[in-house]
Amino acid sequence: MSAITINKNLRVGALALLMALGMLGLGFAAVPLYRMFCQVTGFGGTTQRATLSDAALAERMAKSAGAPTISVRFDGTTAGDIPWTFKPDQVTQTLQLGERKMAFFTATNDSSEPITGTATFNVEPEQTGRYFNKIQCFCFTEQTLEPGQTVHMPVLYYVDPAIMQDDNASNVEQITLSYTFHKAIKPEL
Amino acid sequence: MATTAENFQAHTDDHGGHDADHKPAFFARWFMSTNHKDIGTLYLIFAICAGIIGGFISGIMRMELAAPGIQYLGYWVELMGGEAAFDANLHMWNVLITAHGLIMVFFMVMPAMIGGFGNWFVPLMIGAPDMAFPRMNNISFWLTVAGFSSLMFSTFVPGGTGIGAGTGWTVYAPLSTTGSTGPAVDFAIFSLHLAGAASIMGAINFITTIFNMRAPGMTLHKMPLFVWSVLVTAFLLLLALPVLAAAITMLLTDRNFGTTFFDPAGGGDPVLYQHLFWFFGHPEVYIMILPGFGMISQIVATFSRKPVFGYLGMAYAMVAIGVVGFVVWAHHMYTTGLDVNTKMYFTAATMVIAVPTGVKIFSWIATMWGGSLEFKSPLVWSMGFIFLFTVGGVTGVVLANGGVDDVLHDTYYVVAHFHYVLSMGAVFSLFAGFYYWFPKMSGKMHSEFLAHLHFWGFFIGVNVIFFPQHFLGMDGMPRRIPDYPDAYAYFNNISSIGYMIMAASMVIFFVNLAYAFLAGKKAGDNPWGEGATTLEWTLSSPPPYHQFETLPVIEDHHDYHDHRPATA
Repeated sequence: MSAITINKNLRVGALALLMALGMLGLGFAAVPLYRMFCQVTGFGGTTQRATLSDAALAERMAKSAGAPTISVRFDGTTAGDIPWTFKPDQVTQTLQLGERKMAFFTATNDSSEPITGTATFNVEPEQTGRYFNKIQCFCFTEQTLEPGQTVHMPVLYYVDPAIMQDDNASNVEQITLSYTFHKAIKPEL
Repeated sequence: MATTAENFQAHTDDHGGHDADHKPAFFARWFMSTNHKDIGTLYLIFAICAGIIGGFISGIMRMELAAPGIQYLGYWVELMGGEAAFDANLHMWNVLITAHGLIMVFFMVMPAMIGGFGNWFVPLMIGAPDMAFPRMNNISFWLTVAGFSSLMFSTFVPGGTGIGAGTGWTVYAPLSTTGSTGPAVDFAIFSLHLAGAASIMGAINFITTIFNMRAPGMTLHKMPLFVWSVLVTAFLLLLALPVLAAAITMLLTDRNFGTTFFDPAGGGDPVLYQHLFWFFGHPEVYIMILPGFGMISQIVATFSRKPVFGYLGMAYAMVAIGVVGFVVWAHHMYTTGLDVNTKMYFTAATMVIAVPTGVKIFSWIATMWGGSLEFKSPLVWSMGFIFLFTVGGVTGVVLANGGVDDVLHDTYYVVAHFHYVLSMGAVFSLFAGFYYWFPKMSGKMHSEFLAHLHFWGFFIGVNVIFFPQHFLGMDGMPRRIPDYPDAYAYFNNISSIGYMIMAASMVIFFVNLAYAFLAGKKAGDNPWGEGATTLEWTLSSPPPYHQFETLPVIEDHHDYHDHRPATA
């Protein structure tokens, strides 16, 4: 092949390689992008985090609109790798949309050594994730329990009255809030 | 290529003084090969070997499934050096389905379609002397072999519950991370890395060859449809495989270096792996079938003695399938908890693919319509392809519905569907292409009688295997299980009988190969007559070791698809 042809081939080949490398990068970039996507859209039942002022605004709006009530059911489980007992203190709570409510969970470390756990969470039905707001939650941080120690852990939450405007979620009468405690993983890297 | 036939000769050709048929000695020719035809041959031999292994595995799976209960798994575990136990036996089953899937996808269909026929005929059809990067071509092939070796090796080392990697070809987390300790899954993942790297390099090679090395006058819109199909496939490989590479690299680090990309305990999400896998996985199924589409177009036109109906529509239908194929991946994940709007989108987008696919099916039929049909073996296999692929396409439209899939997900209905499009679609097109080009590649004629016998045995066999699996799936039989309730015994038994019919027909295939090499008639330049118009038929059979040292010039008035008489 002539030198010109070889140069042209190298250029096209390099462009194609660049496309492949770009897709490789996008593959890894999917990790933070997916997390952001879930947080923004409530995809997969991802709940929202709200500040106190958000909550106050939602509550005022709901009160003025005479919002209906909704039931919240609580669920607490542990992954196989953590020797804790973990369950909600109350089965359900009924609250007005926009109203702030506090629920408690109780965790006991059944082992003889201190263990740090972290809780994953979501809500069912999944389309209510974007309306379920937590102001404070034990799941925001890792929890360390001494051997035999029992703690009561609060979660302060409200359901956004905007749920009334969502065709896919407005008919939901009960939301299940579920937590699973895992042993906290310390990255080795 | 700006060079014309005249000045091309003037300052290139290092081999100018040599005979075009001067071949290196055996080791250098086959182990250090840079010749696209030799590499194509190597790929085809490799794919046939891998196909025998993958087909043998499906045979022992059908043997176990022929009757309810677990009859043979424990025996096979002991054969592999393990200790038969309930869990180890079931793990053995998972290893079998994993190996069957990975071998057939990555080491049989892809090497045969792209590596084998692509390497052999893309340069010939566009009038190029070889591929753009011959040495990279060599690396591609040997990396594929290395990947296959790594996969085979994985079946001899511990994989958690037993020996071997038992994750399914999808390698879903957490089964593939915390669920499978031991090095087997690492080797399986490494095998995918190697095969993926090989395919990406192959794709770069094809794209460069097709864009830069077409003979003068061979415009994109004059390229044979097989070349179009390989071009689209190469782009799919280039865009999809790196995403798989990223996903399985994260699996590796999750397994070995304590990262938590797919582990919720550390803030990861196993469903993200599924999104990444299927972003690759769905284009992958088009990677496996598009070159088949291309071959079928060449063959149907040849044996109808007509140009293919709607050439541009056929070419851009493949482009459309490739583009839309990237935005439908979540139809593999309907049961992961997608909300109704997301399901609606993926259902609609998936069904849109039926449009360009329908364009192709109807164009093939329209090509045959009114044609001077000659029922040679390649055409018979192609017609089998068109019929069976359409059946698989119809069940695909059924499964595309998010609501219906909630019921049929992970049942034998899905197994029946994807075997209709792959083990009948892709494999029928492979055999069609094989019988079409075998005389060109070997210089020998196969027996048309045996090829027809092979077709009917295979056609009946695979239909007896897979058609009853629709019923099993509708009745709720889950896939990936070695044992089942008695209610499923009847159709499973029929399915296993079908396997034996299919296996017997494969014996005929190998007999035919032996016959062709030992006693086959010499093939002329063009054994298929005036319908075979593409450039490879202008060369001898087999073609010279180096072809087109003087580039062929495709005149304006010569159109490969219109058969317009040379009026100029």
